[in-house]
Amino acid sequence: MTNSATMPQPVSLGRRLKRFMADRPLIPLIILLVILVLILQVLRPGIVNERWIANTAKFAIPLAILAGCQTMTMLTGGIDLSVGTVATMSAFIMATQIVNQDPTVAFILAMLPAVLIGLVNGVGVGVFRVHPLIMTLGTSLIGTGFLQVYQRTVIASGAKIPDFLNWLGTGLTYGFPNALFLFVPVAVLIVFTLNRTGFGRLLYAVGDNERAARLSGVRYWQVITALYVISSLLAGITGLLYIGLIKAPSLSLAEPLVLPSVAAAVIGGTSIFGGRGGYMGTIVGALILTVLTTLLTILHMPEGGRRILFGFIVLFVTAAYLRIIEDR
Amino acid sequence: MTTNELPNNTLLDATGVAKNYGAVSALRDASLSVLPGEVHALMGANGAGKSTLVKILTGAIPADAGRILIRGEARDVRSPAAARRAGLLPVYQEPALIPDLDVLCNLRLTGTPVEPFRAWVRELGIPNLDIRETARDIPLAVLRVLDLARALAVEPDVLLLDEMTAALPANLAEKVLEVVRRQGDSGRSVIFISHRFVEISALCDRATVLRDGATVGVVDIEPGVEEKIVEMMLGARIEKTSVAAARTASEAPVVKDSHPRLSVRNLQLGTKLHDVSFDLANGEVAGVVALEGQGQDELFAALAGSIRPAGGTIAVDGAPVKFFHPSDAIQAGLAYVPGDRTEALAMQRSVRENIALPFSAALRKWGPIKVRREHMVVSSAIARLQIDTRAQGEVQRLSGGNQQKVTIARWIAADARTILCFDPTRGIDVGTKQEIYKLLRELAGLGKSVLFYTSELEEVQRVCDRVIVIFGGRVVDTFPVELADEPALMRAAYGLPRGARADVGILADVRPTSDAETAP
Repeated sequence: MTNSATMPQPVSLGRRLKRFMADRPLIPLIILLVILVLILQVLRPGIVNERWIANTAKFAIPLAILAGCQTMTMLTGGIDLSVGTVATMSAFIMATQIVNQDPTVAFILAMLPAVLIGLVNGVGVGVFRVHPLIMTLGTSLIGTGFLQVYQRTVIASGAKIPDFLNWLGTGLTYGFPNALFLFVPVAVLIVFTLNRTGFGRLLYAVGDNERAARLSGVRYWQVITALYVISSLLAGITGLLYIGLIKAPSLSLAEPLVLPSVAAAVIGGTSIFGGRGGYMGTIVGALILTVLTTLLTILHMPEGGRRILFGFIVLFVTAAYLRIIEDR
Repeated sequence: MTTNELPNNTLLDATGVAKNYGAVSALRDASLSVLPGEVHALMGANGAGKSTLVKILTGAIPADAGRILIRGEARDVRSPAAARRAGLLPVYQEPALIPDLDVLCNLRLTGTPVEPFRAWVRELGIPNLDIRETARDIPLAVLRVLDLARALAVEPDVLLLDEMTAALPANLAEKVLEVVRRQGDSGRSVIFISHRFVEISALCDRATVLRDGATVGVVDIEPGVEEKIVEMMLGARIEKTSVAAARTASEAPVVKDSHPRLSVRNLQLGTKLHDVSFDLANGEVAGVVALEGQGQDELFAALAGSIRPAGGTIAVDGAPVKFFHPSDAIQAGLAYVPGDRTEALAMQRSVRENIALPFSAALRKWGPIKVRREHMVVSSAIARLQIDTRAQGEVQRLSGGNQQKVTIARWIAADARTILCFDPTRGIDVGTKQEIYKLLRELAGLGKSVLFYTSELEEVQRVCDRVIVIFGGRVVDTFPVELADEPALMRAAYGLPRGARADVGILADVRPTSDAETAP
């Protein structure tokens, strides 16, 4: 147990800098983001313009919301691997139901599997104490299976992307992507929930020391069930946004976002063991990953090489970042 | 006091053994010499250093200083395996068989011969053991006997038994004692650690007494030696501390309500608690005194709603309650402060969040936090306990004493009516201890009630109004603080009867039932 309360002796500049970074973990992340953008600008002068920024934001937003699901679940020491399937299901059901149904009905039908999967995840983790990794992986596979069955029933009716989602996914207002209309309120809500509500407190407390939370009267299963339902709902909404962006409903629409969403939360400084982290860092983490992807794309590397490099960079960045912010 | 034996005659001879953990010395100058064919008791109050000495002798931890001779030869027991080769074998309080292996595999693991093991198991009163049964499925009492049989089967020179009879039913315990007694006849020795004078006087030849990490005496076991041993365990602290001076802070008159704040009747829990009954009044600090592992942990856990008792009733303000979750106990106004701070605190979170944690627990409190109100309540609790807030960003950066204050401040802020303090002053500095004593008295002055388990007997007189003594899962005595000097407490804690039981009436079970009285 360190007792840093009683050590006012002079410290070196490096140590002071470290302490500064540890107190404001967002700063090194933002520095890294800026460096990546600068590298991009050097490699391709002129690429960083208004259009590029709007485009980057458009692709970063779905990733950032899904990473929000990971942030919240990781704060409790969990993880939600079903977000990809949930997002895909919502998107696919929306796109197929909108053909014959009223938009409201289609929306409700689209969100139904999200709530259901979230509930099952929450009960499995919170009541039956299944490990979140296994639980959400399981429901994710089951969900994908159901989606395949469902696909056969709607093959004849076809699919279309509702205009509103089109507008939300790809439209611009005064040069700003419309997705921000969804993302800003969602982000504010998540940050507010984590920092200023009782529920947010409990997420941190449960993840830090479940026993202490229990002794303070916290009922673990309630917190966890609510958490996974919220996580799934967010994933479902992300699915709707994502289909507006990608415009091609498929059975693996949002699946490629799952692991990057975990990576974004980890890069953003959220501890996978729980109790530590926040959403602001995650947002920057999602931006870093998106810019990194662009950077690797313009290098004209073969796909394999790109992935190898991507993996190494994620590993390196995370390790370095944790070194910087853990002031021990 | 020390009986001088010829050194070349001893089977095991340890002298000047010391062990430091950082600045804390667990052992200063412990010695122990065991003759061939003797059963030797090792005694000492909580924290005297018994378990440290045992761990050193059996190679579990290295000593910082000291000399250990086995059969007159200096041996360096650096590992449990080395101790085993030297002929020293322990049987610990916790079962040592690997739960997921069957008994036979467990035997192979330690190279124990199977046939002698079987013979010993039969001898110890278990005629039909299935050797292929998985250890996990075997009841605790039998597991302990198997541990003993496994040790006996390799015929060790010195057998070390730590609270061997603790979890055993009477018939098995008897067999065990019989076998231990016979060990001596074959020239082997036994070091016997027990809190039970009855067993020690029936079994042991001599006893070594530890106090504050040093050996303070070796005595022959003879009738009437109990008093002498208690005296040794207490040492210089035997003089009476003045009761009145210690507790002048707030002597509010105890309001005699028709119902006690908390009343526990016939509480029962597995092998740990048998028939525990007592009352706790409003405005009272009741001390719980017990040696380690006498059921006090389970009692507090049951009152805190962490475990469900098997039988008996708990009533709060006269109304019977059943706790299924700690939140039920909190609802009833019972707040539990565990002895282990890491159990109570979210270490990476701030002081403020830790104190405010119970506020958010209930489902209807999950919404936005009223920051200003919370700040007020938390600040006043912090001020009340004088918590050093220079490192309040993360509780893990606070000192142990300040951490302990945070765990108490939480329930001051939540305005809990009854606080269950389990050894709150363990491992914290003297200044903080004083502050905690004062605080508990103040709480009592405000009409709140406190149940206070302590492993340091001197604290009883500083804090408590009344003492409940638990031994072997039963309340063996209840007496007012005026009679609770350390020798009396120590005697009672060891289950020795009190000379003059003038206040039998205080014992809980004579109270009339609630409907016989009219509410005011």
